[in-house]
Amino acid sequence: MGEKYDVIVVGAGHAGCEAALAVARMGCRALLLTLNLDAVAQMSCNPAIGGLAKGHLVREIDALGGEMARNIDATGIQFRLLNTKKGPAVRASRAQADRDLYRARMKQVVEAQPGLDLKQGQVVRLLVEGGRVTGVETRDGLLFESLAVVLTTGTFMRGLIHVGLVNYPGGRAGEPPSEGLSDHLRELGFMVGRLKTGTPPRLAAETIDFSALEAQPGDDSPQPFSADTELIDRPQVPCHITYTNEKTHEVIRGGLDRSPLYSGVIEGVGPRYCPSIEDKVVRFPEKEQHQIFLEPEGLTSGEIYPNGVSTSLPVDVQLDYLRTMKGLEKVEIMRPGYAIEYDYVDPIQLHPSLETKLVNGLYHAGQVNGTSGYEEAAGQGLMAGINAALQIQGREPVVIGREQGYLGVLIDDLVNLGAKEPYRMFTSRAEYRLLLREDNADQRLSPLGYEVGLLPEERWLRFSAKLASLEEGRERLRVTRISPGNQEAIKRLGLPDLKNGASLEELLRRPELKLADLEFLDPWLAGLSSEVRHELETEVKYAGYIRRQREQVERFRRLEDLVIPAGFDYGSVGSLSAEVREKLMNVAPRTLGQAGRIPGVTPAAIAILSVILKR
Amino acid sequence: MLTLDTIVAPVTPPGEGGVAIVRLSGPQAFTYLKKSFRSKTKRKEFESHRLYYGQLFNADEVRLDEVLAVVMRSPRSYTGEDVVEVHCHGGIQLVRSVLDLFLSAGARMATPGEFTQRAFLNGRLDLSQAEAVVDVIKARSERSGQVALDQLEGQLSRKIYRYSDQLKSALALLEAHIDFPDDEVGSLDLTSLVEPIHAQVDEMVALASSFDVGRVLREGVSILILGRPNVGKSSLMNALLGESRAIVTDVAGTTRDTLEEPLVLAGFPVRLIDAAGVRETDDPVEKEGVRRASSKARSADLILLVVDGSTPLSAEDRLAIGQCQVDKTIVVVNKSDQPQCIDHGQLAEFSHKVPVSAKQITGLDSLCTVIAERLGQDSLSAAGEGFVVTEKRHKDALLRAIASLNAFFEGVRVSAPYECLAMDLREGLNSLGLITGETTPDEILDQIFSRFCIGK
Ligand SMILES: Cc1cc2nc3c(=O)[nH]c(=O)nc-3n(C[C@H](O)[C@H](O)[C@H](O)COP(=O)(O)OP(=O)(O)OC[C@H]3O[C@@H](n4cnc5c(N)ncnc54)[C@H](O)[C@@H]3O)c2cc1C
Ligand SMILES: Nc1nc2c(ncn2[C@@H]2O[C@H](COP(=O)(O)OP(=O)(O)OP(=O)(O)O)[C@@H](O)[C@H]2O)c(=O)[nH]1
Ligand SMILES: [Mg+2]
Repeated sequence: MGEKYDVIVVGAGHAGCEAALAVARMGCRALLLTLNLDAVAQMSCNPAIGGLAKGHLVREIDALGGEMARNIDATGIQFRLLNTKKGPAVRASRAQADRDLYRARMKQVVEAQPGLDLKQGQVVRLLVEGGRVTGVETRDGLLFESLAVVLTTGTFMRGLIHVGLVNYPGGRAGEPPSEGLSDHLRELGFMVGRLKTGTPPRLAAETIDFSALEAQPGDDSPQPFSADTELIDRPQVPCHITYTNEKTHEVIRGGLDRSPLYSGVIEGVGPRYCPSIEDKVVRFPEKEQHQIFLEPEGLTSGEIYPNGVSTSLPVDVQLDYLRTMKGLEKVEIMRPGYAIEYDYVDPIQLHPSLETKLVNGLYHAGQVNGTSGYEEAAGQGLMAGINAALQIQGREPVVIGREQGYLGVLIDDLVNLGAKEPYRMFTSRAEYRLLLREDNADQRLSPLGYEVGLLPEERWLRFSAKLASLEEGRERLRVTRISPGNQEAIKRLGLPDLKNGASLEELLRRPELKLADLEFLDPWLAGLSSEVRHELETEVKYAGYIRRQREQVERFRRLEDLVIPAGFDYGSVGSLSAEVREKLMNVAPRTLGQAGRIPGVTPAAIAILSVILKR
Repeated sequence: MLTLDTIVAPVTPPGEGGVAIVRLSGPQAFTYLKKSFRSKTKRKEFESHRLYYGQLFNADEVRLDEVLAVVMRSPRSYTGEDVVEVHCHGGIQLVRSVLDLFLSAGARMATPGEFTQRAFLNGRLDLSQAEAVVDVIKARSERSGQVALDQLEGQLSRKIYRYSDQLKSALALLEAHIDFPDDEVGSLDLTSLVEPIHAQVDEMVALASSFDVGRVLREGVSILILGRPNVGKSSLMNALLGESRAIVTDVAGTTRDTLEEPLVLAGFPVRLIDAAGVRETDDPVEKEGVRRASSKARSADLILLVVDGSTPLSAEDRLAIGQCQVDKTIVVVNKSDQPQCIDHGQLAEFSHKVPVSAKQITGLDSLCTVIAERLGQDSLSAAGEGFVVTEKRHKDALLRAIASLNAFFEGVRVSAPYECLAMDLREGLNSLGLITGETTPDEILDQIFSRFCIGK
């Protein structure tokens, strides 16, 4: 019998590391058990963090006191702000990571965290007594006791790797699968399903002719993800761009008979937003070329990640089609691309706290819930860790609302809709997107992070100071006026029509004016951080839209506040169809609003329920 | 949870056509039918959805009518319950006796819209259809029920679904450009995105304004019974209502105030108004009554001008005639049971003259038919394609959607960021969603994935 812990986290992937760190930082004793200590926070696929909607998740993780943002800031090798030509709400940060540095730094942070033990071991069974988890058992026969368990096993459960028609068990290239655990979960009564994902081959940098290719540099002044990072001073490396062509597509089509996907060997459902190159060629035959980014795997690594050619074709076909592309004529593959099938546990079986409905004290987070992506995994890990710790402290779980963060959207979607295919975050999944900006993630979530005891005091003070300067900034924009007599200023701004003068706020609403144009009228504003200035500008420029979005939230909350009593007997509602009744009983929604988001629960059913609830 | 009684009601308008349909719904529907239905071939059970020919007998073994009967087994029926429909010959008396038969067997008279209400509670209808239920319930008649039914058939749904599909596809296009980089989805042509929505908004505006026509159908038309004293106005009212509601005496000037009663007449929801007989009088109370009658004559949708066919027209009759707008008046020549001596020449300007006897209750069926024709013409021509918005919530939903789309156009004009434009589109879509049910983000993503080659 091993030591006794408050929380055991199974799997040191992106979800597991966040979970374990959160638990320990909230003052509970945590054990992080993982298959291989050399693969802590390993990036299985693309060595990049952030991107559209994912960048938002990283900011939210940071706002709550998670680690991912600091980790990428410390190990990123190319930072870019995406969607800058689009609106303020969908602007998103992305960074290329040095894969080895990323992993190594996260391991150091975990090791250095007081109250957190990191151990190697494969969990094969959960200890469950009277409907409550009490610990885990490893393959070596060790038992660890705990009050709660967070399961974050990623793609490892019954992982099956496919390269062409060859397949073999594996959790990730070069790593063994986790056998037995999903069977055990099935025995406990969980619905376990099968999903699939894939990754491209890794190429030898020295065999690529970069001189023939267009380079894509990072931003001139890289912006950090974390409020704790002051400056990013690591050298930035460029990516390169190449394209598939007719010849590439021909080679791919010629290899389809040996594709596990098209020959029916793979049963798991793959992500539509992450199609393999063979998928793209088959489904969009009219597209003449596909863009491929060649991304360095690190500052010192000789491997290149070709973003856009994920594949499970046989290795010889992989090499053939790669060599049809410009710059890749002589390329060598260092690691082949592959597809992987794995077991996941349908998240419809979770409470919004990520605790399972079946086993008290057991939390699921990350790809085991059918999501895909490091950020989605880390976000869930963080929330599961927070809620496990809160449970141990006898406090209420934290559930982030859909109007509060992408984390809320993510978890609400998972527990209500389940995952029939790998779930990735998109900004369009968020109804209240204008309120969920990267720039205001701290205002949305830092109070929560502080309240649960995760966000450190020092950080809270800095956040409070930022709030204060925002408040003063707003005030100054309101009261500082340009008088009609101030001819010089009027001329400088090019505003001959300004008869009655105007406040800075009114001026800022004009599409042609930026805050920077007005700062000479109140030099105090110029002294603000670029972040605060950007936020002030956004708030004023889009005030009308933002106000309307807030009104939508108000309306949404009204349904959300109609509570369905726990243990409500849907069986007694004869007028609900058997199908709808089953769905409602499955999810056991806590509010009428939540009930309405369950697919297949018809508006008529909601109308019936609301009549009955109001009776 | 639900009431488990069996309800019955005619589903065809009374007094119209050669065939009437009486519908039963509920657990006892089959039992009640079996009790009274005889056919040549003996059978224990009825097959669902098959038409059977036979005779209907009452409890005293008196044959009522030859009928066709069809049973629809739960849940494959309109209400989702066991349903029986009996097709008998038309005619107010006969339908009434068929109803009595089932009522005495234990069925309960259905309240207006109750069949539809049951269908809704049994989950047989979608949201728009369910909305129409409210209409049916308010309609209190099967004609306005027809408008509601058209909605049920999905006319409104179809239209709104079409609007909503168009918005969905525009939103998908916009979202694709928000959530994916340009190199994957190409650049966005806003003009071609906006144009079809412009055309659509025009259509929506027209649809929303059809609401007022819908209101008349929903709230009922007013029918005024007008004439000099003692021609039998109150008697006619009672005869049409099927009960003695108004006081009838042979004293001229019996009715002194207007009396209003809701009623389903020829399939239309109607407010039937009996008024004081029109004449010069010094009695202050009666005087006020006459004044009210005259004012009603102006506002009523339809006037039944009652004259006494057994006497020549008098000056008082002419006073009443003078208050009638010719194109909304039907002349009812009452007391047809008496020898007739009325001079029709003096009523030549009126195209409809129907002889009735309010006392003997004859001629009412043809009066109903004439009324139905008149109302039918009006409402149909007003409703254009025969399709109107009758539910206030539908109108509001349309107006809200229109407002959002106008905001969207404005956003496009000032080059607002895509996510702001998307917000307006989504808001419009959500407003329509009050009718069609919500559009989930997943549906938008589905469209994106099927239209664009996206992803690494
Ligand atoms: C081939 C492939 C391609 C991918 N492609 C993409 C992509 O293109 N884009 C994208 O966003 N995401 C992609 N992903 C997904 C991304 O890697 C994951 O979503 C993310 O890593 C999930 O994080 P996680 O913490 O849930 O699990 P993981 O990162 O998989 O970590 C799971 C951890 O659990 C440990 N573990 C498993 N079982 C046990 C056990 N029984 N006992 C103890 N420890 C255990 C493992 O050792 C591992 O450390 C891909 C993944 C793979 C494998
Ligand atoms: N024979 C015969 N008598 C009728 C008929 N209709 C009405 N009467 C009689 O006519 C008299 C007047 O009937 P009412 O219905 O009170 O007439 P009214 O037009 O409402 O009269 P006021 O209210 O006084 O204006 C009563 O005695 C009725 O019985 C009919 O069709 N035939
Ligand atoms: Mg009278």
